[in-house]
Amino acid sequence: MPDSASTPTRNPFTQTETPAVGVKIEGLSKSFGRHQVLKDITFSVAPGEIFVLMGPSGSGKSVLLKHIVGLETPSAGRVFVDTFDATSEETRERVRMALVFQAGALFNSLSVYDNLALYPREHRLADEAGIREKVMRALQILSLENAASKFPAELSGGMKKRVAIARALVMEPQLMLYDEPTSELDPVMSATISEIIATLKDEFHVTSIVVSHDRDLALSIADRVGILMGGELIYVGPPAGLRDPQDPRIADFLNPRIDIKNPRFKKLET
Amino acid sequence: MNQLTAILEGIGSTMLLLVRSLSHVGTLPRQRARFIEQCFMIGYTTLPIVAILSFFIGSVLALQAGYSMQNVGAKQFIGSLVGLSMARELGPVMVAILLAGRVGSAIAAELASMKVYQEVDALVTMNIPPERMLVLPRLAAALVMVPVLAIIANLVGWFGGAIVAKYVSFISIDPPAYFSALRRYTEFKDVMNGLIKTEVFGFVVVLVCCNIGLNTRGGPREIGASVTRAVVTSLILILVLDYFVTKALL
Repeated sequence: MPDSASTPTRNPFTQTETPAVGVKIEGLSKSFGRHQVLKDITFSVAPGEIFVLMGPSGSGKSVLLKHIVGLETPSAGRVFVDTFDATSEETRERVRMALVFQAGALFNSLSVYDNLALYPREHRLADEAGIREKVMRALQILSLENAASKFPAELSGGMKKRVAIARALVMEPQLMLYDEPTSELDPVMSATISEIIATLKDEFHVTSIVVSHDRDLALSIADRVGILMGGELIYVGPPAGLRDPQDPRIADFLNPRIDIKNPRFKKLET
Repeated sequence: MNQLTAILEGIGSTMLLLVRSLSHVGTLPRQRARFIEQCFMIGYTTLPIVAILSFFIGSVLALQAGYSMQNVGAKQFIGSLVGLSMARELGPVMVAILLAGRVGSAIAAELASMKVYQEVDALVTMNIPPERMLVLPRLAAALVMVPVLAIIANLVGWFGGAIVAKYVSFISIDPPAYFSALRRYTEFKDVMNGLIKTEVFGFVVVLVCCNIGLNTRGGPREIGASVTRAVVTSLILILVLDYFVTKALL
């Protein structure tokens, strides 16, 4: 449990404070047809915490994230955001949560400015001057002021990720979910994104759940880490516990040895 | 059996989409910009092709009718034949088919692309119903613009018939005589029935294409598959509905 657990979330625009929210997952299982993707997952994320969920590709991390935001319905078990069931539409009205998609999921037909302004406009949160102020502040926080008039197709991968985070920030979230925020980025940009996530937590006390393969990100900014393999949660604990893991599966995942004579892909099941 | 299940699922999801979209009808006034943009897409950009095709359909109708009727001395009825055919059947069906090919395919491609690239998921996480933002303005624009297209198709088709009737040597009927015959047998009710049919076809085409686009799963290849499915489904529905709506209006 982090020290900031009882610290309220601070609105980056108005500086008002709202209680930080936690997430509780109880016995979550998910199958697509006969393929079971998640197997009896149970863990919780404390308010104000950065929880990094790691695991190999195809282990079910993104599916788990979609359950938290209500885009998927569990086959068994329940997911609670604060005290609300994640499958209920009411949850999205009561808790402000934002998901930063792996590919950004920016609206290609809208400029960066309009991407950010969409949420406050649709929910009529402010007049156009208020929206402009909020959008420019979000762009400023992420050093994107000069990109306001650009379209997503004109942005680099790193800028797209930052715009996606800025768009999430405009929603004044109590809970931020990141799906592979550092994938396809160079090491420096990956470190920048990790710093942004940590800064949002430090400055605004936003609860963050980060799905990532990035070991450096997990060890640097996570309060706790979960490791998902084959749909099962095999580790939940502090990042320090991953520095010298006892479980050979975790050791192999975090420190894979390149063995040219006995390549791993030849041992994989087809 | 799987085919039947897929058809029933398609009908169910389309009905659900319609109900969900209509539940946001109160938001239309503040979606003016999107509504106008869709009116432009559905109406203005489809107008040239509607005009060209209806001109030549009217022309061919007059040509065929003139050729067949010249021997029986019934050339004076060419105007009524072109008038009735365009108003009751060819105008509505042709506009609907063009709408499916031009607008329906574009809608399915855009929404399928938004779905595949998670833009629709992003809207859901922002608590913005996709039906409100993506479907409702398109349905409203179709309701407004499709009858306008049908009226233009009728007028241009009648005009095309008049030109052929005047300038093709074996017909040679002056425009006053052509339009007099057209007015004598083409009643206001015929035109209205045609407009009702076009309205039904246009609404169904847009709704079905929105539904197929929003239910796309997979990658870029599925976007193409969705567009094909949207156009084919629309064409089949237009022809099936044509029979039933015509029967109901007779």
